[in-house]
Amino acid sequence: MEERAAEAGGARFAALTMDSFFYRFRNPLVLIAIVLMQVIALAMQVQRPSSVAEVPSARAMEEAGSAPDGKHVSLLRRWTVTAVTPLETAVHASSVKVRGAWGNYVNLFHTRQQDAQLKQEVARLREEEASFAEDAAQGRRLQTLLGFKESYVTSTVAAQVIGTSGSERSHVLYLDKGSDDGIRPEQAVITPDGVVGKIRDVFPKTSQLLLISDSSSGAGVILATTRIRGIVKGTATGRVEIDNLTADSRIKVGEPVVTSGGDLVFPRGLPVGTIESIAPDPLHQPYTSIVIKTAANLNRLEEVLVITGTSATLPPAAAQDAATAEATQDANQRAADLIAEKLPSLHPDADGAAAAAGTPAVGPDGKPVSDDPESQVGGAVGYINSGLPRPKPAVHPDKFTPGTVPPAAELTPGAPAQAPKNPATQSSPQ
Amino acid sequence: MAERSYTSREELDQYGFHPGVTVLAPLVCILLQAMLPKTFPWLIHIDLPLIATIFFAVSRRSPIAGTVTGTLIGLFQDGLTNHPFGVDGIAKGVVGYVAASVGFAVDVDNIVNRIGLVFTLSMAQSGLLYLIAHWLLGDVSYRFLPVVELISAAANCVVAIPMFAVLDRFRIRD
Repeated sequence: MEERAAEAGGARFAALTMDSFFYRFRNPLVLIAIVLMQVIALAMQVQRPSSVAEVPSARAMEEAGSAPDGKHVSLLRRWTVTAVTPLETAVHASSVKVRGAWGNYVNLFHTRQQDAQLKQEVARLREEEASFAEDAAQGRRLQTLLGFKESYVTSTVAAQVIGTSGSERSHVLYLDKGSDDGIRPEQAVITPDGVVGKIRDVFPKTSQLLLISDSSSGAGVILATTRIRGIVKGTATGRVEIDNLTADSRIKVGEPVVTSGGDLVFPRGLPVGTIESIAPDPLHQPYTSIVIKTAANLNRLEEVLVITGTSATLPPAAAQDAATAEATQDANQRAADLIAEKLPSLHPDADGAAAAAGTPAVGPDGKPVSDDPESQVGGAVGYINSGLPRPKPAVHPDKFTPGTVPPAAELTPGAPAQAPKNPATQSSPQ
Repeated sequence: MAERSYTSREELDQYGFHPGVTVLAPLVCILLQAMLPKTFPWLIHIDLPLIATIFFAVSRRSPIAGTVTGTLIGLFQDGLTNHPFGVDGIAKGVVGYVAASVGFAVDVDNIVNRIGLVFTLSMAQSGLLYLIAHWLLGDVSYRFLPVVELISAAANCVVAIPMFAVLDRFRIRD
């Protein structure tokens, strides 16, 4: 009996001790339990399903750290976004209405003036377009010859920014368009100024835009002048930089940077920005840190365009514009030819093409033109305007003076050397 | 002469809140945090949900309640970012626990103490986020920028004082 009582007492004491332990340390124990659960949850989220890693594009996303969430995480995020975005949309819509009403009132004062300015700009841009049309057509022909796969933007969806992530470490924006509007993950997002980012997560009515300034973002780019390829990435501080290039003296501050199309997200040739600074990267030697000033102002985004479709051929509207521009270019060319015919003195190098090809200039009578300095703009003797500076006649000619030695075709092997002719007294080919 | 009953500081200064305030106040903070930086980008350095976490933790003076409140607010914030769930949840959970624990020792109605608490916990949260990014997520690109963090902490203090004054009106003595 005594032993049983002692055992019962011991068990009761142990239970009381445990109770008092948990009661006494309940606060830190709860903290540890909650933190531990979240650490485990973090570990599970960072793991990627193996089936996803087998897809090349998914692997590329994973490397960039911008892969979409798993099923359960996506559900949690959807709940969170669903709780917040309706309020954001309502507030945004009301603010747009207020600003729109005020803006319409103010803009009425300047409409006529803006209209005139815009018409002038359209005319100027048409002329510019016409001047570029021939180059563009030639570029397309060369791409066709080389079998180059170009992707043209065929369809876009305009969306408005309704909110942010609210965190300075997460450069994410929320758009008012979602899967109901045809938006899908991994679609490129641009503004008229340049690249903005890509769609990360899509919900029925909203979507999550990952800016190129986010540390998990990335895009293939090409330096416009030097044609050097690189990968542009965001940093934790929100800067955009290229960090996979070694030092190269050809890369200069101010050089434009455009998308290369190699990432299969952004179509080729979209402006990304310009080089702001170049400095050695102390953490990744021998690479340099090339900081990019983005073409689009990522801090003040209101409206963006989501690229929902691309095509290997030029879209019909763009093709029509190109045809119009080419026709304008032809008309301009004909007008220039007419002027050239009526004003021949303005174009002494009318036979410039022939001269550039290396053939002697021929006069209207079919004979070669004189090498008289008065009849030439520049270039070698007998070749009008070849681009080379015309030498002055030698005061004391010798065997090295141009024109003193007959052409090699007229020389006979083994024949005695002829006395040099004086070019000053040399007669013209006529 | 009336007999006075002295109780612990915890019992003396413990406050409660109406359930509506408990839910709506953090939600409004998160909503403002998500919307205001769109118009005023520099406001991204202010962490309104952190201020709400600190306020509710020091008012309730319960470390468990502080931890749970901080964790829920942090997880909600995580849901709006592209980070995994738990980054802000862990940081704000720890901040809530520390704020409630400190609430026992100091008079949190004093404005100087409030400024010191908000400033210290803002810096502590930045340090925690750095540790989580480096140790748990292996993100070596994440950098701790002392000047930026100091400015953020100071900005949080500036916003916290009037915000605490407003939220004080919703306190109910338990």
